[in-house]
Amino acid sequence: MAEIHLKSLAHSYSKDASKPSDYAIREMDHVWEHGGAYALLGPSGCGKSTLLNIMSGLLSPSNGKVLFDGVEVNHIPPEDRNIAQVFQFPVIYDSMTVFDNLAFPLRNMKTPEVQVQHRVHEIAEVLELTPLLKRRASNLTADEKQKVSMGRGLVRSDVSAILFDEPLTVIDPQLKWKLRRKLKQIHEQFNITMIYVTHDQLEASTFAEKIAVMYDGQIVQFGSPRELFERPNHAFVGYFIGSPGMNFIEVQRSANGVQFGNTQVNLEPELVELLSKIPSNNIKVGIRPEFIQVWDEPNHDAYCCDLVHVADLGTYKILDLKLNGQELKVRLEEDRQVPKGKVYISFPEQWLKLYVDEFLVELPEEFEGESA
Amino acid sequence: MNKITNNKAWWLVLPVFLLVAFSAIVPIMTVVNYSVQDIFDQNTAYFVGAEWYREMLRSPRLLDSLLRQFSYSFSVLLIEVPLGIAVALMMPAKGRMASVSLILVAIPLLIPWNVVGTIWQTFSREDIGLFGWAVNSIGIDYNYASNASDAWFTVLLMDVWHWTSLIALLCYSGLRAIPEAFYQAARIDRASSWAIFRYIQLPRLKSVLVIGVLLRFMDSFMIYTEPFVLTGGGPGNSTTFLSQALTKMAIGQFDLGPAAAFSLIYYLIVLLVCYLFFTVINLQDKAK
Repeated sequence: MAEIHLKSLAHSYSKDASKPSDYAIREMDHVWEHGGAYALLGPSGCGKSTLLNIMSGLLSPSNGKVLFDGVEVNHIPPEDRNIAQVFQFPVIYDSMTVFDNLAFPLRNMKTPEVQVQHRVHEIAEVLELTPLLKRRASNLTADEKQKVSMGRGLVRSDVSAILFDEPLTVIDPQLKWKLRRKLKQIHEQFNITMIYVTHDQLEASTFAEKIAVMYDGQIVQFGSPRELFERPNHAFVGYFIGSPGMNFIEVQRSANGVQFGNTQVNLEPELVELLSKIPSNNIKVGIRPEFIQVWDEPNHDAYCCDLVHVADLGTYKILDLKLNGQELKVRLEEDRQVPKGKVYISFPEQWLKLYVDEFLVELPEEFEGESA
Repeated sequence: MNKITNNKAWWLVLPVFLLVAFSAIVPIMTVVNYSVQDIFDQNTAYFVGAEWYREMLRSPRLLDSLLRQFSYSFSVLLIEVPLGIAVALMMPAKGRMASVSLILVAIPLLIPWNVVGTIWQTFSREDIGLFGWAVNSIGIDYNYASNASDAWFTVLLMDVWHWTSLIALLCYSGLRAIPEAFYQAARIDRASSWAIFRYIQLPRLKSVLVIGVLLRFMDSFMIYTEPFVLTGGGPGNSTTFLSQALTKMAIGQFDLGPAAAFSLIYYLIVLLVCYLFFTVINLQDKAK
């Protein structure tokens, strides 16, 4: 069993950290529940690997606690934490056979040889490594090596969480989906908490039930792939998830909503009222390219844009538009006619999101604008 | 296709041919020429065929020094390789101390052979040498000038002092090339420090160790200066290794014919050992 709780955790690589920018991990509270399949998604250098190494114990956090099932493990070394970690580049003991590689963690624990045999064969079966057991590990292909290093984590019966640090980086694209499916299958079979670090949103959303998006040392949103797509909590999530990312327009307050240049965007009256209570002037509206409505004819709701560029991606088209000097990307289904010169678009109210100081502001329940 | 015959191109090979001729073929053929003749003076020489070879292969002088040479070279490897690995493991990986220890370890490598010989020749003297005096004063009778095994020990100690650094530096570079993830994975796999050494570090040192062993073998097989400076090959013939036996014969006694045969045999032995070594390593790589 392992529920991993990060309690007011923060980490800095420098000894005398004072500014927030000194921290690789800014103070956070987060719970990974037992048995979940999670992804930790973020750009390079956002602190994902640091966070992973803190959980596995390879790194000791400078502030806060790591709790496994409520027990503090800050000072417990990785070898005593009942976790396994799979690294970006496959780690195999290349002087040994595949069998000996898989047996290595068990033999280190002085497990009786009968049990070693049994367990290794069981895991090799799951990972489809049985035909390779007698081969030397140094001659395997990258994906086989990565399976072996995964197997070393699974072979220990006391492992309750496996941490993956971008494990598919060195794998051929056509093998990636196969391995990912294997991972999911293992997750279902073994009831193990799995945390998967990646910078690839596709990888994250195919593997995980819930994704934690990390940006600048903090988890800015934790939710299902769908939530991340439809309701990005932070401007970064909108920009990072989706291809292309969310459109953001910097706006000023106006009587019925917000405006940029002389373009007026109306918002719900309650939202306008809420906005008027916030002092900050860093206001943006965001909308996904998929949710922008494109009209064939001008109508009273629609804004008139200039068409700058059309990219035909085969299954859909991406239009680059200019609206009052602001660039917008719009996704257009393949069967729709591409308008010439002028494009008429509107922003459906439910998909138009308001961001103040990069955080989402919405009605009615939550208001997270001030946590930044 | 019409082939154009133009033998003038052979002239282009000439520079290389000349270079190789003067650097290798001519000297070797001179030695071969000497080895089949009995030379009395500049005008008197008799062709003797393989006589000198037969004599040399039966000569106790050559066989003794050959045996001595092999046991010396193997002792050198047996001591320097494990010691070099141990030193490399103990050297700090980063920081100021890493640079300091690298410089300290590299110093012996910069000292010329005859200086090393002179240093130890003085250092080990029982009357004025600190080492020799210290050993004697704790009750061990030690005198390299009169005791054969003491002389042997001193020559070996000299080589270990001079060349362990080479193995240590090679291994140090090999160790630094192991990615951090290997150690992290080993920790998570609960490997003991012995297991980390045996299954991570040692296998990854293999390629540098092959070079290290080869270099140390060849170098120690040619040792000349140190025993020459220490005791001149003595006491008796106890530290007369192959190259010194050869020099005594060729330059000391001017037995050019036997010495030429000796040096060709010597050369073939070195070639043979290197070939065997190379083949064994290659076979191992293929077996993988």
